[in-house]
Amino acid sequence: MKVRILVRLKPGVLDPQGRAVHHSLDSLGFDGVDDVRIGRMIEMDVADGTSDEALNQMCEKLLANMVIEDFAIEKLSNQAEHA
Amino acid sequence: MAFRAAVITFPGSNCDRDMAVALEAVSGKSALRAWHGDADLPDNLDFIALPGGFSYGDYLRSGAMAAKSPILRAVVAAAERGVPVLGVCNGFQVLTESGLLPGALMRNAGQTFVCRTVDLAAVNSQSLFTSGFEPGEHLRVPVAHHDGNYFADEATLDALEGDGRIAFRYVDNPNGSQRDIAGVLSENGRVLGMMPHPERAIEPAAHASLGGSDGRRLFENVIAGLVAA
Repeated sequence: MKVRILVRLKPGVLDPQGRAVHHSLDSLGFDGVDDVRIGRMIEMDVADGTSDEALNQMCEKLLANMVIEDFAIEKLSNQAEHA
Repeated sequence: MAFRAAVITFPGSNCDRDMAVALEAVSGKSALRAWHGDADLPDNLDFIALPGGFSYGDYLRSGAMAAKSPILRAVVAAAERGVPVLGVCNGFQVLTESGLLPGALMRNAGQTFVCRTVDLAAVNSQSLFTSGFEPGEHLRVPVAHHDGNYFADEATLDALEGDGRIAFRYVDNPNGSQRDIAGVLSENGRVLGMMPHPERAIEPAAHASLGGSDGRRLFENVIAGLVAA
């Protein structure tokens, strides 16, 4: 099973990278960008039947820093990935 | 006093030797060394130091991988027994990632690696590490980091201030740290994490070009406190 994990800074946490990239987009002349936030995507191949609980634990113990980050787990169907 | 200190080395640590040299210069005893993959620390330690550097290449997040290494389980257990632990720079990041200290160290607000000598204000003068400092006293200590921007939620910051757990503040904040925090103590005051490098400021004042000697006083505080205990 393929699993995609998105790790993002929590809403209240200032994102200096996002702000710098936002500034660069502005300077390239792209108008109408209201906000930029940068996160991290982690893709894993895990055994079929890996429990949600186990995936949550992986995120909480290592993949995300719960002081500053939130995570979202997305399970991808194998067929879609192989297409 | 037989001062038994251990310096932990992770793959990518690069201030471990500096830390060992500083400990020996101040204590007169050579520091023991421990490797990240070791399951156990040397016996009967008086002091543990987590050095600066880029453990595990800063993969995932600075300090995140080191915080899950075998030796860290032993460090956490030792800290829980009251063995003093100092984490400098990457060592501070490892301490927050391991949960021994609250908060997190994020990318510097200015996005750039900051490498210069800064003024610190001593805040706490009650802990093993800080007992020789006058509150408000300024110290000159080098910083060299990309991820030194201390973050914790407001309630945690208020609690840290209320409990006297801010060890040092930056006089001129180089990295965007909340409330200018440069160093944080654990609840029992026996664990200190700080971004500035005291081990790079241990030479006598005559060698001010080598960083001065204000950092030396932190190690002297520790040794004096342990002897008195």
